Order: sequence, then C-alpha cells, then structure tokens
Amino acid sequence: MGGHGSREPETGWSTVNEYFASYAVVAALLAAGVAVFAGALLASRLLRPDRPTPEKLTTYECGVDPVGEGWAQSQIRYYVYTYLYVVFAVDAVFLFPWATVFAAPGFGMTTLVEMFVFLAFIGLGILYAWRKRVLTWT
Amino acid sequence: MIPNLVADPAGPTLADFGKDPLWISIIKALFIFVFLMLGVLFGVWFERKLISRMQHRYGPNRAGKFGLLQSVADGLKMGLKEDILPRVVDKVVYILAPVIIAVPAFLSYSIIPFGPMVSMFGVRTPLQLTDLPVAVLLVLAMSSIGVYGIVLAGWGSRSPYAVLGGLRSTAQVISYEIAMGLSFVAVFLFAGTLSTSEIVAKQASGGTWSLGGLDIPLPSWYAILLIPSFLIYVITMLGETNRVPFDLPEGEGELVAGYHTEYSSSLKFAMFQLAEYVNVFTVSGLAITLFLGGWRAPWPISLWDGANTGWWPMLWFFVKLVLVFAFFIWVRASLPRIRYDQLMAFGWKVLIPLNLAWILLVATVRALQNARSEQPGSVPVVLVIAAIVVIGALAIYFRFDTVNQRRREAKAAEVAADMELLDAEPTAGGFPVPALDLPHYHGVNGRKEVPSGTN
Repeated sequence: MGGHGSREPETGWSTVNEYFASYAVVAALLAAGVAVFAGALLASRLLRPDRPTPEKLTTYECGVDPVGEGWAQSQIRYYVYTYLYVVFAVDAVFLFPWATVFAAPGFGMTTLVEMFVFLAFIGLGILYAWRKRVLTWT
Repeated sequence: MIPNLVADPAGPTLADFGKDPLWISIIKALFIFVFLMLGVLFGVWFERKLISRMQHRYGPNRAGKFGLLQSVADGLKMGLKEDILPRVVDKVVYILAPVIIAVPAFLSYSIIPFGPMVSMFGVRTPLQLTDLPVAVLLVLAMSSIGVYGIVLAGWGSRSPYAVLGGLRSTAQVISYEIAMGLSFVAVFLFAGTLSTSEIVAKQASGGTWSLGGLDIPLPSWYAILLIPSFLIYVITMLGETNRVPFDLPEGEGELVAGYHTEYSSSLKFAMFQLAEYVNVFTVSGLAITLFLGGWRAPWPISLWDGANTGWWPMLWFFVKLVLVFAFFIWVRASLPRIRYDQLMAFGWKVLIPLNLAWILLVATVRALQNARSEQPGSVPVVLVIAAIVVIGALAIYFRFDTVNQRRREAKAAEVAADMELLDAEPTAGGFPVPALDLPHYHGVNGRKEVPSGTN
C-alpha cells in the first residue's frame, strides 16, 4: 500500500495516498500490537495451570475478609480535576498550530497579541479554580 | 526516487515518509517491537543492578552471567503461573485493561527518529517507522489512551484499593500531561513544526542571534536554548510515567499496589510492568528528540564528518537513551516519594503557570527577532506588550504573596493560641489524654522513677 505512491507522477491522488500511508503504518502497528498481546494472553491461558478455590478468588484486603461491595465511594475532587484537564488540555493543543505558524511571514504582531489574549483567558481559568479552592487538597 | 547511497547529512523531512515498500515497514515495525521488548527485559535488569550498586548491594546475580537472564526468568514465570481471576471482577474490563495500557505504549515509538536516511537492502529509507505532521501530538494522544487502561483496571477490579489507586494515578497523569504539552510549545515555536524528524533537523545547527550588531551563535540543542522548558519536561516525564519521586499510585503503605492490586503476578501484571517501562523509554526518546539533539552526535564526536551519516546515529541515540534511563534510576535512588497534595499542588500551581509565563516570554522574544528583520517599526509595540506582561505577572504574584502571608500568620496565631489553651487545660481539645502527671520509669533494671513533666 505504501510502495506505489512514489513512482506515479505527482498528482493530487498520490499525494493524498502518501499522506495517509504515514497513518496507515500507525494503524498497522496498532493491529500488530493488539494481535501480539491478545496472542500472548491466549498462549498463557493454554499453558498455565488453573485450580481456583473460593479463598483464592476473594478480593485482596490485606488478609482480612473483604468488606462491602467492592467499589468504594470516593471524593468528587477527582471528577473536578477531569473537567479541568479537558479544558486545559484542549487549550494546550490550540497552542500547537499557533506555535508552528507563528514565525511564518504574514503572521506578525496580530498573532502574538491574539495568543496573549488567549493565554490570559487560560490564566484566568487557573486563577478562578485556585480562588475556588479546587486546587487545594485537604 | 534517485538511488543515492550517500546519506543526506541534513536528515529526512516529512516528504521522505509514507514511501516505504510494505516489507520495509514490516521490518521497521518488527525492529521497534524487538527493541522495546529486549529494552524492557534488560532495562529492568539494568535498573535493579544499578540501584543495588547505589545501595551497596549486589542485585540479581543468579540467573545467567551477572544475573542478565533474571528478567527473562521472571517473564517466563509470569507467563506460566496460575492466573487468579477474582470472583467479583468485571471480567471484560479486567482482561481488556492491560491490553489497552500496553498497546498505545508501543505505538508512540513509531514516530521516534533513530537516525537519518540509510540504504536498507538497496532501498533508501529513513531510520524511523513513520512521521506525521502532528507526530508529537500522537505521543500525547497515546499517553491519554494509556490513562484509560489505568482507570479501567482500577474500576474493573472492584476493590477499594484498586479504585483509589486508579483515580489517584489518573488525576496525576492527566495533570502532568498538561504541563508536559505546554513545555513542548516553546520547542514548536523555535522549530516551526510538530514533525519529529524535522525538529531533529532543526537542532543540527543553532543559527545566530543578532543583538545590537553582535552575532551570538545559539546553541543547537533545545535543552540548552530552552532550559526552563527542558527542566519542566524532565519533571513532568517523571510524573507522567509514575516514577519516583511521583510514584504515588504505588504507594504501598497506603494503597497496596494501586490500580493493579488485583492483578496477581500473572501475564496481565507483566503487561502493566511492560507498559510502564515502555512509557519510560518513550518519554526518554521524546526528551532526546525534542531537547537533546535527537540522533545527532554530541559535540566532540560531531567533529568527525561521518558521525551523522549512515547507521552510526543509531548508536548515539542508544547511548543517549541509556543515559536518560540511568537518570531515572539515579533519581529513584536519591529522592523520597512526595505527598499527594504536594504533587497536585506542584503540578497545577507551579508547573502550569510557570509554563504559560515562559511561553509568553519565548513568543515575545521570537516576535522581537522577527520584527527586527521584517518590520522594524513594530519593535516598540512588542516591548510595550512585554512590559505589560511582566508588570501584570509581578502584580498577581505580589497580590497572592501578601494574601498567603496574611493567611499564614493568622494560622500560626491560631495554632499558638490553641497550644496555650491545651497547655493550661489538656482535655480542652475534646480528646482523651493520658494523665500527664503519672510518673514513669527509666533503665532496664534500675526502675528509676522519673517524676512527671521531665524526660
């Protein structure tokens, strides 16, 4: 699939093919990875002994019998951090394309000022979370 | 394609990728798998051996010469021993989680450049599986998918320790991932691209910075040019891979083994272990690619003309990888684990704001450089913006500092008042306290009675 693109004359299609060929390799590696690990799990399943007893199959709680249903309730704080992550990770990703075109001709002062305004908003977001004591771990 | 056997010293660019015949791609993918698998086997051995030397021990020395086969023996045992599937676990999620965590760890390595264009069985090809216009973003995406493995392992185990460990680990990894992503921005500002091969090419020569008619040669490695970014990246790469001093998910005194508590030492546990080490190699490879000049030879070697051609660069890359990995081990031998609230506060209150301020500074300096050459009229504008940013940042800092100072003083006064009250009236805090006026005894056989209030 990757091979024939380079021998054809440079038409639009061969460029597109080459572009996707780079991604196709990643997809192929993904498939190979899944196959290797699934195969390893399967092989181990065929080779290993299997003698379960009720005691072996209990949940580990440092030697005593497990208490409760398993899933422990946890603090809401982790959920809030997930939201913060979504906001700031997306913001960080917006910076990447800006950083690549920043020095290109035609993107003068306006680009810089725009990004200052954008980063000021992000900074305000962090300050707001800080002020609301989301970042404080008691 | 012109069959040119002399390697291009400038290195491959994005246009050189996506043209490999299928069998070349298969060879490269196979090489990455074998490299990482062997890397994990001998990396574990290397870590155990080095850390035991740092602690005046021998380390593994039974299996094979110098204990070299220790990890091979451990791996075989993990594959062949009984695997316990606890009764209450969510079976599908429980089995899927190690696969979800291990596969993306390998995928990240597809964009790490090992070397320049070489001739492989007569085909001219770059020593890198593939490169994308968004290559670095792929690494960040893969580490985000790895987080799913952590969450699902914790959730699917249905054990309190696993759930807590999974949540903790997730919050830590995603927090440090933001700081990590931000530390790349300065590199992209200078390189002008996200493609790893081109970032390496950009670090070949530093260029010059003209300051008042004086040409100052810039260093070529971004680690030196952008040292705050590099330091932040080094900290985040420790946090991102759950390594000491940020190995909270494995705080065994608190959480047993964290999210993989219910994965007794079976093949599934081996996959978590594998993913952890592959992630360490990935962040090390990224550190080398983005900050340490990639596969290019360091200075004394680079004087030799052939240093950056042919297959030699693979050696430089490998040596750099071993050194960065040794740094991980050195840190592990030196530093204690930090507390969880300190970890999160450090990530959000120090690393991210510092990073944002540094990006603004770098962008301003870059704009100043461009303005000098392109539109000299706009230099004052940039300087005014820079002054506003610096003054604003200082104002915010001082405001926070005074508020914090006031809060700290109030807290200290409160504690002092409490202590005074408790000194006078020990039971005032509402807690049962032992009678403080009881005498106690010193010595083994002396039975010397000591009155209360002394030691």
